[in-house]
Amino acid sequence: MDTQGPLSEQGLVRMLTHTGERIEDERFAPYAADLDAATLRAMWHDMTVLRGFDLEATSLQRQGELGLWVPSLGQEAAQIGSGYALRTSDFVFPSYREHGVALTRGVDLPEILRIFRGLQHGAWDPAAHGFHLYTLVIGSHALHATGYAMAMDRDGLVGTGAETDGAVVCYFGDGATSQGDVNEALVFAAVNDAPIVFFVQNNQFAISEPTTRQSRVPLAQRGAGFGVPSVRFDGNDVLASYAVTRWALEQARSGTGPVLLEAFTYRMGAHTTSDDATRYRTRADEEYWAERDPIARVEAYLRGIGELSDEAIEEAHAEAKALGRRTREAVKSWSPPPTSTIFDHVYAEPHTAVESERAWFARFERSFTDKGAHA
Amino acid sequence: MTAMTMAGAINRGMRAAMERDPKVLLMGEDIGQLGGVFRVTDGLWKDFGPDRVMDTPLAESGIVGTAIGMAMRGYRPVIEIQFDGFIFPAFDQITTQLAKMHYRSRGLINLPVVIRVPFAGHIGAVEHHSESPEALFAHTPGLRIVSPATPQDAYDMIQQAIASPDPYLFFEPKARYWDKAEVDEARVATQLSGEHGASAATAELSRGRVAREGKDVTLVAYGPTVRLAMQVADVAASEGRSIEVVDLRSISPLDSATVVRSAKRTGRVVIVHEAPTAFGTGAELAARVMEQAFFHLHAPVLRVGGFSTPYPGSKFEHDYLPNLDRVLDAVDRVMTH
Repeated sequence: MDTQGPLSEQGLVRMLTHTGERIEDERFAPYAADLDAATLRAMWHDMTVLRGFDLEATSLQRQGELGLWVPSLGQEAAQIGSGYALRTSDFVFPSYREHGVALTRGVDLPEILRIFRGLQHGAWDPAAHGFHLYTLVIGSHALHATGYAMAMDRDGLVGTGAETDGAVVCYFGDGATSQGDVNEALVFAAVNDAPIVFFVQNNQFAISEPTTRQSRVPLAQRGAGFGVPSVRFDGNDVLASYAVTRWALEQARSGTGPVLLEAFTYRMGAHTTSDDATRYRTRADEEYWAERDPIARVEAYLRGIGELSDEAIEEAHAEAKALGRRTREAVKSWSPPPTSTIFDHVYAEPHTAVESERAWFARFERSFTDKGAHA
Repeated sequence: MTAMTMAGAINRGMRAAMERDPKVLLMGEDIGQLGGVFRVTDGLWKDFGPDRVMDTPLAESGIVGTAIGMAMRGYRPVIEIQFDGFIFPAFDQITTQLAKMHYRSRGLINLPVVIRVPFAGHIGAVEHHSESPEALFAHTPGLRIVSPATPQDAYDMIQQAIASPDPYLFFEPKARYWDKAEVDEARVATQLSGEHGASAATAELSRGRVAREGKDVTLVAYGPTVRLAMQVADVAASEGRSIEVVDLRSISPLDSATVVRSAKRTGRVVIVHEAPTAFGTGAELAARVMEQAFFHLHAPVLRVGGFSTPYPGSKFEHDYLPNLDRVLDAVDRVMTH
């Protein structure tokens, strides 16, 4: 077992053991103090529904309804816990696996699948949800997030103590920490005291490469070199995820500058539906982490304190099932708009190359029905 | 009218844009107290302060990437890339992110970012300081690419690019920074204060201009080669040949209509740019002239540009770059075909 490296448990903040016992963490307990059983149950509920949706999306891909799916399986606690710590005044820059954060930002989950059905590249209004579009090039969005945070600071939305104070949370993975853009983002955020939380979900794999191919030390240690305070926590512990993120957001919103968080978690599924994880990891490893399932842990805790009934569990599973059905029906009902729409929104103002090709394509299409129109 | 150098015209244009719109801010390396390595931002740091004239960390991808985030919140960043050859660390942010955000957001996000790039050669510089990378960007849908050739255009075009809602690469012919001419400051101010000022500005920025009328050969140039084309026209005139010079001004969109109109009159086209001719702006333009004016041509369209070698040591740049003799040679060839 690694005791020092990027896959070790070194310095992890944990508030729930994997069997569901509460651990008191002196530093972060105050940030979970307001969390009543009802809210924690709501988190568990969202994690459960998210997983149902995620499994349905995988099935839809297998049945040929989606070109690709990127499962969030196993990362529900990292995503839902941190998502619950956000306010409407905050703004999120996700990578492409943050379906759980999308849920907490009010994105209707089936809508995400428009991207994976190949209908469009962005499927929601970022401003309406405080949730930017997914970014597929690894780490590129860390700079956009930093610039956005610098602009929030300029706009007087930081450090006033009012509810309107906000911060940016930028999600990326362990692989992204090797990207130049992520390192440049840390530099720009640090020297500008930008109100941003860099949220690394270390799910231990960048497709097939373990985190040991990205770093020789735990990723949270990277922060020190940039002068950015960092915390490493158990990413499968929804309580820790909520409390640590809430702390980080309060730091960032107060104007003291960026924070780096590392949620140490495990990608229970493959990288995508095109990946085969059996080629690079063992059954034993998967079983070890199955015992640390983020949903089972909070479920055990809630049951242990008498706050989760069998009926509530049944209801949540029924809801997940209903969402699965609604998702399936929605996906199958979507047909592509006319091809001519591919010429829309290349530029905000007309551009002759696009307009002449749009006109040519319209004539070409008409030529199949209206002889002689094709010039 | 005020006499200005091209560098001074860009400086004054940015000042006017910053006075007009408090969301306009400048970002780049050494553009603050120093005023930029070419002094194009001279005095702006002193008058607008470090929050609007930002000395950034030395990381081009970081500059463009954070500008994208700021533009998402309504700012209009104007970036200076110190030299043409230093733009490539930002290539991903420009071509993959900046160019595509409006499209991938289905029109919800505008990114009015202007990237100023001192480009092209003839200054006797070391490696990576004299390049002409415009075609690498012109190949990417979503970007607009322009290059002024005169102080008047520099003054107008920088303000129009800043006012436009689309992202721009603004290629400044650095060897022409010290060319001086009278500049009318009123016209663009009036245009931009109009109700649809930004649309009018974008439309005007998309058009080339006939810089000199002629009837035997159409000589097409932009940025640093426009002055050369005018010199060629003078020399050719003394030999009894009448040259029409088209200054493209915009590379994306490419105003092929103006060139085709001219080609139909002259029947002969020579395109001159400093960038290597292979896969360049001239190649695209030649294809369009062939498609749209084929039966009017008396000779094949010729290109004069950089060779298919890396930019050589500066002692060779006068032969590597199009010069008077090489362009006159091409004119001879289209005339005698």
